[in-house]
Amino acid sequence: MTTQPFISINGLSVGYTSRAGKIIQVLRNVSLEISRGESVGLVGESGSGKSTLALAAMGYFKRGLRPLCGDVHFDSVDMLALDRDELQAIRGGQLALIPQNSGQSLTPTMRIGQQLTEALRLHSNLESGQFSDRVVELLTQVRLPDPAKLVSRYPHELSGGQQQRVAIAMALAGEPDALLLDEPTTGLDVTTQAHILELLRDLARDRNMAMLYVSHDLGAISRVCDRVVVMYAGEVVLTGSARQVLLAPRHPYAHGLLNSIPRLDQTRMPIALDGRPPMPGEAITGCAFADRCALADNKCLTEAPEMVGLSTGELVRCFKSDMIDRMPVSSRQPSRLNRSDDKTDDTALGLRDVAISYAKDNWLQTFLSPADGGPPATVDNIRISINKGETLGLVGESGSGKSTILKAIAGLISPKRGHIMLHDQTPLTPRVEDRPAVNLRQIQMIFQNPDDSLNPRHTVAQILAQPLQLYFGLSGDALHQASVSMLERVRLGAHYLDRLPSQLSGGEKQRIAIARAFAAEPEIVLCDEVTSALDVSVQAAVLDLLDELKTQQGTTYIFVSHDLAVVKAISDRVAVLYQGRLCEIGPAEAVYTAPFHPYTDVLLGAVLEPDPDVAPKLIADDVVELSPPARGCPFQRRCSRKLGAICDSEMPPARQLRAGHVINCHIPADEL
Amino acid sequence: MMSGNLHGSKASGSRAIGILKDLVSRPSGMIGLSLVVCHVILAIISPLIVPFDYKLQNSALMLSQPSSMHWLGADHLGRDVFSRTLMGGREALLVTGVATPLAVVWGGFIGILFGLVGGRLDEVLMRVVDAFLSLPWILKMLVLIVTFGTGIEVLIPTLAFFYGIPVIRIARAATHDVIARDFVWAAKARGHGRISIIWRELLPNVLDTLMVEGAMRWSWMLLAFSSLSFLGFGVSPPTPDWGLMISDARGFMSFAPWGVIGPVIALSSLIIGINLTADALAKALGIDRAQKAPM
Amino acid sequence: MLSLLFRRILLGLVTVCIVSLIIFAGVEILPGDACTQYLGEYQADDELLTQCRKDLDLNRPAFDRFAEWAGGAVTGDLGLAVDGKTKISTIVGDRLQNSLLLAFCAMSVGVPLALLLGVITGLWRDRLPDLIASTLAIFAMTIPEFVSATLLILVFSIWLGWLPGIVLTSASAPAAEFFPEILLPMIVLSLVMCAHIMRMVRSSVIEVMASDYVQMATLKGVPYWPTVFRHALPSALLPAINVVALTIAWLLGGVVVIEVVFNYPGLGRLMIDSISDRDLPVVQSIALIVASVYVCVNLAADLLTMLANPKLRTMYMRK
Repeated sequence: MTTQPFISINGLSVGYTSRAGKIIQVLRNVSLEISRGESVGLVGESGSGKSTLALAAMGYFKRGLRPLCGDVHFDSVDMLALDRDELQAIRGGQLALIPQNSGQSLTPTMRIGQQLTEALRLHSNLESGQFSDRVVELLTQVRLPDPAKLVSRYPHELSGGQQQRVAIAMALAGEPDALLLDEPTTGLDVTTQAHILELLRDLARDRNMAMLYVSHDLGAISRVCDRVVVMYAGEVVLTGSARQVLLAPRHPYAHGLLNSIPRLDQTRMPIALDGRPPMPGEAITGCAFADRCALADNKCLTEAPEMVGLSTGELVRCFKSDMIDRMPVSSRQPSRLNRSDDKTDDTALGLRDVAISYAKDNWLQTFLSPADGGPPATVDNIRISINKGETLGLVGESGSGKSTILKAIAGLISPKRGHIMLHDQTPLTPRVEDRPAVNLRQIQMIFQNPDDSLNPRHTVAQILAQPLQLYFGLSGDALHQASVSMLERVRLGAHYLDRLPSQLSGGEKQRIAIARAFAAEPEIVLCDEVTSALDVSVQAAVLDLLDELKTQQGTTYIFVSHDLAVVKAISDRVAVLYQGRLCEIGPAEAVYTAPFHPYTDVLLGAVLEPDPDVAPKLIADDVVELSPPARGCPFQRRCSRKLGAICDSEMPPARQLRAGHVINCHIPADEL
Repeated sequence: MMSGNLHGSKASGSRAIGILKDLVSRPSGMIGLSLVVCHVILAIISPLIVPFDYKLQNSALMLSQPSSMHWLGADHLGRDVFSRTLMGGREALLVTGVATPLAVVWGGFIGILFGLVGGRLDEVLMRVVDAFLSLPWILKMLVLIVTFGTGIEVLIPTLAFFYGIPVIRIARAATHDVIARDFVWAAKARGHGRISIIWRELLPNVLDTLMVEGAMRWSWMLLAFSSLSFLGFGVSPPTPDWGLMISDARGFMSFAPWGVIGPVIALSSLIIGINLTADALAKALGIDRAQKAPM
Repeated sequence: MLSLLFRRILLGLVTVCIVSLIIFAGVEILPGDACTQYLGEYQADDELLTQCRKDLDLNRPAFDRFAEWAGGAVTGDLGLAVDGKTKISTIVGDRLQNSLLLAFCAMSVGVPLALLLGVITGLWRDRLPDLIASTLAIFAMTIPEFVSATLLILVFSIWLGWLPGIVLTSASAPAAEFFPEILLPMIVLSLVMCAHIMRMVRSSVIEVMASDYVQMATLKGVPYWPTVFRHALPSALLPAINVVALTIAWLLGGVVVIEVVFNYPGLGRLMIDSISDRDLPVVQSIALIVASVYVCVNLAADLLTMLANPKLRTMYMRK
C-alpha cells in the first residue's frame, strides 16, 4: 500500500439553498482518504449523505447542490477546480462509477454494445476496429453468458443482475484506477448479490483498484472492504479497519446499528435504536446522535465532538468512545422460545393443495396476443398447517410466490385449486368480498411499502378509525379513546392523530399500518415484507413491536421476507419457497441447520453476515428463472445435486425428518 | 373530544387553505387568480357601473374615435364600445361557469365508473370515446346548435356534454393509477364495500387531478364559446360578447381598430388568467401535467 | 410483427366504422331529415319536399342508406348534396386539397421550429431564451385563434401592408395561386402549433435530462452535446410523435375559425357553410373524412412510436 492517498477529501461541506433562502447542509465537514488498491466501505442510512459523498468524489453534484467549502483530490488533481472537459476525461476513465440502479442508469434507447463501445471510444487507446472484440472480452470478464448475443440487446431485456454486470463492464472499459460504487447490489436477489460481490472482490484484487463502496448493507461491506467509514447526519463519525468497525465499533451509533441487525448465528432479538436521524436542515446543537444515545450526557448535548484518534488506530467523533463497553446490551430473547413450550396444537390456518394463477388480461389483450395454452401456475402444491400463536416465516427470492400466497389468504386473489381452511375446519371463502364480517376481522394484512399502504389524504385518526368503525361500530368518544390506545400500543403519542402520512417517517408510517391491523384484534396477521422498505435501524424497532404485540395478543403471524436473518429472528417455523413451490418447511432452527434442501443450501450460503471473517458459499449460478418448469422439481434447472431425469419428470416426495421438518426432494433424507 | 369524522373535515378545510396559500405565493398563481377574480367581479357588477346602456344605438356616433365620453369609441351601430366591453364577459362566464362543473362531474363520473369496472365494457367504451374524439369539435357542436337553437339552454348542455368527454379519459387514467396502490388493496382486504372504497379511498385522490383538469377545461370552453360567438353561432345580438364584438368590428379594422382592441385584451386576459391559475394550482397540488392540445 | 401490424390496422378500421355509425346515427336522430332541415327555412310545400326526398333516396330504410353511403365512401363516391345535383366528392375534393396545402405549409414551418425551440428551452430552462419563448407560447396557446389571426391581420396587412389579409382565390384554383395569400394563415397556424408542441417537448427534455441514465452518461465521461444527442433526445422526442399526429389531425379538421377569418377555401369553411345551409349529406361526408384522417394519423403515430421505442419494439418482435 502506498502512503500517498489516491482519493482525498478534506473538510468537504455540501449543501443547497432552500426556497426560503436558508442554506441546508447535506454533508458537513467530511474528510476521507483512500489509498491505491484499498477498498473502503461507506456506511450510513438514509439522510447520512453517503451517496452525495460518492458523487462528490467525482466532482459531481446533483442539480441544486454545491460544495460550500473543502476540497476533493483525485490522484493529486483538485477535482473542484477542473472545468467540464477535464472532468469528463477523468470520469469513466481513471475514476469510474457503478450506479445504484443499473436498470435505470443504462440508456434505454441504446444497445448494450453501443454503450460499451462509447466507453471504449472515450477512454481507451484502442483503434475503432478493435472495439467489438474488447466489448466481448469485457462482458466475459464480468461473467455474463453469451456475450456475442448480449451486445445487440437493449437494457430492458436483461435481468437486474445482468444489468448490474453490464454497468461493471462499462466501468472497467476505461481501465480505471479507482471505482466508486453506489449501493450496487440493492434490489437484487440474495444469490445474485453474493455473486456480484465476489466478482467485485476479485476484480479489485486483480487490478489493484481503489474502491469506495457505499452501502447501508453491512454484510456486503464486510465482504469487500478493508476499511470502513460510518456516516451519520452528514458527518463521518467512525473510521477504522473492517474488523475494528464491524466487530467492535467504538461509536455508539455504529454499535447500535450493528446490534439492530438480525444475525443468523444469534438467537436473541435485534435491539432497536430509538428515535430517528435528523433531517437535513434541522438545527443540531452538540452531537448529532446525542438524543438517541444511551451514553449521552450534558456535554454531548451542548458541544459538538471532533474526530479523535484512538490508540488502536480508529478515528471517532465521540466523547464517550472509551465507555462503549458499558453500553447496555439486551439479552432479551424473542417471545417464541417461551411460546414453543405451551403452544397448543390448535390449527389457526391450513393450506391444502393450494394453487394460484394470475388471471388472464382483458379480452383486448387476448385479442392482440394469442393465447399461450396454459402456463404452469404461479404457485402450486402448497400444503401448510399453521398453529395458533405461532409465527410462520415464508422465505424465497423474487418469483417464489410468497406474496401471492399472502394475497390469496387475504382474499385478494382466488386460488385456482385447493382450499384455505380456517381453524382446519371451515374453508375460507376465496374472495374477500364474499367473506362474512367475522372472518374479515380475524385476518389482517400489513404491506411492504408504508408510503403506499396509507391513503395520503387521510389523517392518522381517519386511518385508525376505519377498522374500529367497520368491525366494532365505534364512534365519538369511544372511537377516539380506542384510537389513542392503539397509538400507545405502537409507542406513538396521541398527537399523531392529526398528522398526514406525508408528515411521518417510514418507520412511523409502518407503525400506523401495524396499529391499523391490530385495531381489528385479529387472530392472524399477514406481514408482507414489512421491514424491507425501512432503514436498517428502524427494522429492528418494527420487529420488536411485532414481537411485543404477539406476546400481548397471542396472534398468529405469517411473515414473508427475502431477508433470511430477519425471518429467523422472528419465526417459529419457516417455509422455503422456490418458483411458487414448497421446498422445505420446519422449525426455524431445523431449517437453518443441516440437513438442507439443495435450494435452502444455496440461499443460506449466499447470506452476507456483517462479519469480515465469514465468507459466503456460492453454489449455484445466479440465473434468474422467469417461470416454473411444467413438471417435476422446481429447482431442477439450477440444482447442483440433481439426480437425473427423475428430477425433471416427477414432483419430489416429502421427506420427513425430525419433529415436523419436511424436505421435498428426490434425494433420500439421510443423504441430504 | 372529537370523532374521526370531525378530524377529517377539519383536515380537508385546512388543506384547502394551505393550497390556496401555496397558490398565491407563486407569481403565476397570484397574477392568474387576480385576473380571474377581477373578471368575475366585473361580470357581476358591470351592469351597475357602465356609463352607457349597451343596447343604445346612436347613428350619429357610428365608428367614432375614442373620446372623453366614449373611452373606446363607438361600434358600427353607434353603441359605446367601453360599456359593451365591460359587459362582454357576462354571458361567456355564465355559460362556461355552469357548463364546466357539469362537464367535470359527468365526465369524471363516467370515467371513474368505467375505470373501476374494467374488462370488456371498459374497452368498448374507450373505443367509442376515441371515435367520438376523432370528430372535429366544432362540427359536433354546430350540428346541435343549428338544430336546437343558440339560447343558453342549448349552449350549456352542449358544451358540458362535449367537453366532458375528454374528462372521461383523464378520470379513467387517474382511477387506474389509484386502484393499483396498496392502500386500496388494504381497504379491500379489510372488507370495505365497493362504495366505501370509491368514496373514501379513491375519490379524495382523484379529485386533485380533476380539479386541475376542470380549470383547464374552463379555459378551453371559453375559447370554444368565444369562437362560436365569433362565427355567429353563440350569443345573439344585441347581447354584448367579446367574440361577437370582434367579429363585428373585424370588417372595419383598417380604420377603426378600437372596436377590436378592447374585447381582445379583455378576452385574452381572462383566458391567460385561468391558465396561469391552473398551472399554479397543479404545482401547488404537486401534479405533473403534460401539455396537451385542446380538443 | 406483421400480425401485429394487421391487428392495429384492423383496430383502426373498427374505429372508423364506429365513427361512421355515430355520424349516421347522429344525423338520423336529429328531428326531421336532410330535406326538412334544408327546406325548413323556406315555405316548403309538399311538392318540393317529395322531390327532394326522391332525389336523395330518403325513403329507403336507414340501414340500406347507411350501407350505400358507407360502401360508396370506400370507393370515393360520397353521394349527392342536398340540392340533388352536385356530387359531394367534387366539392370536397377541392377543399380537401386546399386544406392539405395549408396543413403542409404550416407543418413544415411549425414542427421543426417547435422541436428546435422545445429542445433549446428544455436544455436552458429558466434562462432568458426559455422565459421569452415560454411566455410567448403561453400567449399563443391561450389567445383564441381568431384573436391572434385578427391581430396579425391588423399589424401585417393593415398597418404594415406586407401581406394580404384575405384569401380571394377560388376554391378550385391550383396550389401555386394561393401564394402569397396563404402566408398569413400559415403563420398563425404555425404559431399555435409551435406553442403546443414546444411546451410538450420542453417538459419531456427536462424530464429526460434529469433521469438516471443521463446522469450516468455524464459520469461516464460523455461530453455534453453527445450526451444530449445520443442519450437524451431519442427518449425525449418519442412523445412528440403523438403530439405531432394530433396536430396534423387538428390542422385538417379543426382550423375552421382560421379559414373563416381569412376566407380560405378549405374543409373547415365548407363545413361551416354546409351547416349554415343545412346541407346534411355534405356535413356527414366531411365528418367521415376528417375522422378517417384522424384515425389514420393516430395509427401511423402508434406504429411509429412502436418502432422507435426499443421497449415496445422488442416486446412485439421477439414474441
